[in-house]
Amino acid sequence: MAPADRAAVLALWRKLGTNVGIYTTEALERTFVAFPSSKTYFLHLNLSPGSAQVAAHGQKVADALSLAVNHLDDLPGTLSYLRELHTHKLRVDPVFFKLLCHCLLVTLARHYPGDFSPNMHASLVKFLNHVISALAPSSG
Amino acid sequence: MSILLTHPCPSPTPGGGPLPLTNSLILLGEGRTLGQEMRNKRPHSEEAAQTCFWPIRITSKLPDTMVHFTTEEKAAVASLWAKVNVEVVGGESLARLLIVYPWTQRFFDSFGNLYSESAIMGNPKVKAHGRKVLNSFGNAIEHMDDLKGTFADLSELHCDKLHVDPENFRLLGNMILIVLATHFSKEFTPQMQAAWQKLTNAVANALTHKYH
Repeated sequence: MAPADRAAVLALWRKLGTNVGIYTTEALERTFVAFPSSKTYFLHLNLSPGSAQVAAHGQKVADALSLAVNHLDDLPGTLSYLRELHTHKLRVDPVFFKLLCHCLLVTLARHYPGDFSPNMHASLVKFLNHVISALAPSSG
Repeated sequence: MSILLTHPCPSPTPGGGPLPLTNSLILLGEGRTLGQEMRNKRPHSEEAAQTCFWPIRITSKLPDTMVHFTTEEKAAVASLWAKVNVEVVGGESLARLLIVYPWTQRFFDSFGNLYSESAIMGNPKVKAHGRKVLNSFGNAIEHMDDLKGTFADLSELHCDKLHVDPENFRLLGNMILIVLATHFSKEFTPQMQAAWQKLTNAVANALTHKYH
């Protein structure tokens, strides 16, 4: 990632602070509503609005993204354990990651409209695409 | 009336063009096709299902029941649309497409200065074209039960003259949603997003319908 993109994403992440989990949880909820077939990966959870189980998963996603933000030089290495899990054990269709990332962008745009300039938007897309590549390398 | 698709669920042929329809086509009630049933049985995202491109030419006249909007979805879309400033939202959506997905600039060579975020956001041709594009969404909202018919001419234009890859329609739809989220954070609930997502996906599909 180019220095300007990294700086933009890092700055936004600092601003999100400890609230990242709130936004990733909202992104998950939005994904379930807008793309109902995505629920197939979560049939073991209570998916009703406000579910503590979805919030717990949202926090896991947040922690992984925060880890990624702080290890932009080696995303494949940093996220290798998640790649194994999602590819071989959970067998997640990589399209799902794109849907979740889109819903995360909608969530962040909604909560931080003043920060969500087109350049910030572009930097986030690049960051999330790198994360998706690290999680699902064959998604090409 | 029911017509069975006995040809296996096709993938696009490498050389393009429609597959030969050697058998007749069955709709499995409520407008669902066998292909959709096959897609439904796989752990396949809705998004992927809707962007799966079928080069099959249906020669008999069939009711267009591919996308059905509920009363609630139509009401949600209409309620937000009433508040939308078409010039602002349209211009910004197109600008974001050009900035976030720079290859899309190739379709707008005649628009002049597209060299920076501020240049694109301030470019009057981008704003004007964005308004035109969003007005066509307004037309879609008035004809949600017949999007394929409504977009038939635009579909031919984008395929035959402009040579736009259909994936870009989906990307523009997502830009519109994100712009709506920035302008209407309170109204843009998950249900509102889902209704608009369905609309933009359906418009993208309608624009792809005449591709060959």
